[in-house]
Amino acid sequence: MATVDLKDVKKVYPGGVEAVKGVSIAIPDKELCVLVGPSGCGKSTLLRMIAGLETISAGTCSIDGKVVNAIGPTERDIAMVFQNYALYPHMKVYDNMAYGLRNRGMPKDEIDKRVRTTAETLELAHLLERRPRELSGGQRQRVAMGRAIVRSPKVFLFDEPLSNLDAKLRGQMRVEIKSLQRKLGVTSVYVTHDQLEAMTLADVLVVMNAGLVEQLGAPLDIYEKPASTFVASFIGAPPMNLLPLRSGQLEGAVSLPAIPANAATIGFRPEDCEVGADGAASEGGLRLMARVLGVEPVGAESFLYCEAAGGRIVVRVPGRTAVAVGDQLPVLARREKVHFFGSDGKRV
Amino acid sequence: MSPRVVFPNKILPYLLVAPQLAITLVFFYWPASQALRQSMLREDPFGLSSKFVWFANFKKVLSDPNYLNSIQVTAVFSIATAAVAMGTALLLAVMAEKVIRGRGVYRTLMIWPYAVAPAIAGMLWLFLFNPSIGSLAYGLRWLGINWDPLLDGEQAMVLVVAAASWKQISYNFLFFVAGLQAIPKTLIEAAAIDGAKPFKRFWTIVFPLLAPTTFFLLVVNTVYAFFDTFGIIHAVTGGGPGKATETLVYKVYNDGFVNLILGDSAAQSVILMVIVIALTAVQFRYVEKKVHYG
Repeated sequence: MATVDLKDVKKVYPGGVEAVKGVSIAIPDKELCVLVGPSGCGKSTLLRMIAGLETISAGTCSIDGKVVNAIGPTERDIAMVFQNYALYPHMKVYDNMAYGLRNRGMPKDEIDKRVRTTAETLELAHLLERRPRELSGGQRQRVAMGRAIVRSPKVFLFDEPLSNLDAKLRGQMRVEIKSLQRKLGVTSVYVTHDQLEAMTLADVLVVMNAGLVEQLGAPLDIYEKPASTFVASFIGAPPMNLLPLRSGQLEGAVSLPAIPANAATIGFRPEDCEVGADGAASEGGLRLMARVLGVEPVGAESFLYCEAAGGRIVVRVPGRTAVAVGDQLPVLARREKVHFFGSDGKRV
Repeated sequence: MSPRVVFPNKILPYLLVAPQLAITLVFFYWPASQALRQSMLREDPFGLSSKFVWFANFKKVLSDPNYLNSIQVTAVFSIATAAVAMGTALLLAVMAEKVIRGRGVYRTLMIWPYAVAPAIAGMLWLFLFNPSIGSLAYGLRWLGINWDPLLDGEQAMVLVVAAASWKQISYNFLFFVAGLQAIPKTLIEAAAIDGAKPFKRFWTIVFPLLAPTTFFLLVVNTVYAFFDTFGIIHAVTGGGPGKATETLVYKVYNDGFVNLILGDSAAQSVILMVIVIALTAVQFRYVEKKVHYG
């Protein structure tokens, strides 16, 4: 039960490299905040600063209203799930989970009770006597989760916990993490570079780039109103189509919506496109001719990779498609689904 | 584990192990069998004839109080040397982990003593602690310690243990550093988050994970203390004063090559061989059980 407050947090490494350039995030109690961004954007550094594994160069980090800058990881009452799980290889699953409790001097029977209940919740009860190397990747992941949960800390920190799992297991664990976090009501910070994980898990989504927060908000708000071209191309898969405007015009466009004066880029999502006969979509919307370069049928939908208006775009069409490589086809996007960005990349 | 590839050649495997076998036969089994034969012979005073006496030499050696003293000296010397050499090396290796600037230089400097020959190492320590000319001996006397390893057996023991372990520290250091580097940093971080203070982290996480290295070094250091310290003892004390630093291997040399009692010396070297084989076997049988290999 705690809030996490970051105020203008910076991290400068001894070599002068600025990994985090002033980040302010307020995470409300019981919410799950996801930090997402490309590698090297400072998201992991930020998480490690909350954990106390990295010193904070400037700004403050408070947990539960208390500034923890000078407090080591040992006293912060947080739990962390590492990417490689960081299970103690010489200890049984039981001892891995009990370690943190023993260090805090909890009585033996209380430890036993807690470890067994947690193991029960995570379906680990039959594995308690095993060592980490005798477990599968998914089971190790669960033990790492269990080790965090059993302590009932103030804050959970997750450092790309699912990236070592295969796709199917990842989807399953994603749902489980979310429901566990809901059930336990522990404030959490989750770092990932996977936009799907970010979208599905987050109460608060923070998109980071080059040591700064690009956008902060509810996942769907960010999806619907990306604050910059960076966010637009990072959130959503495949990413938003971005085409450059030359003096307020898009070359090769059949019709254009009203373009704001200072717009330099026009964007629309692959899933917001329509192909072929012009219907309601063309009313004040975007309409352009595209030449198909490639077709990717994935079952429920197909992706058309096209060349249009001097750039590359992706169009999503439902189900199977009769479109073939080399076809010329009209692509439409509704007025309200078209985004504009200025020359600085910011939304206008 | 990947499946083994088996080549269906009948002769090639034997050819491949032949050089190794030949070397082992010529340089180990043959001398060992010669020692065994020699240990059951008695030479006449002029070395003109020898007589087969069965186990008489062993009986004589094992009832010799000097030999029993030598066993005790070896035990004290070996345990002290292994403990000091490994303990110091571990401490230095853990400290070296914390060094950030000039880490490479620091490590290289730490490894240098290993390149010093045992006899030279012994001489260095002898000069430093020689009661009449040693600079450190002067310092010790200034501190009020009556330092004279040429007369005091215990001080002589301290000196040879110091010289022998000093030489081995760099070797152990090298392995401990490698062992420490192999421990993932996230484990230490996880332990820190789990509320373990630095000292506790070391004993509950780092030390157990170092166990394979420690065990290997235990075996190597024991063998080193038993056999490879001859040069140091020879240079520093010559087994004296009295017989205070006469280890088993030194006594083998002394009785065989100085006093020319070949039968006794051979019997001693056979016993020494048995002791070391037994010790190593015990280490593998009992100590290794407590080692986890990741």
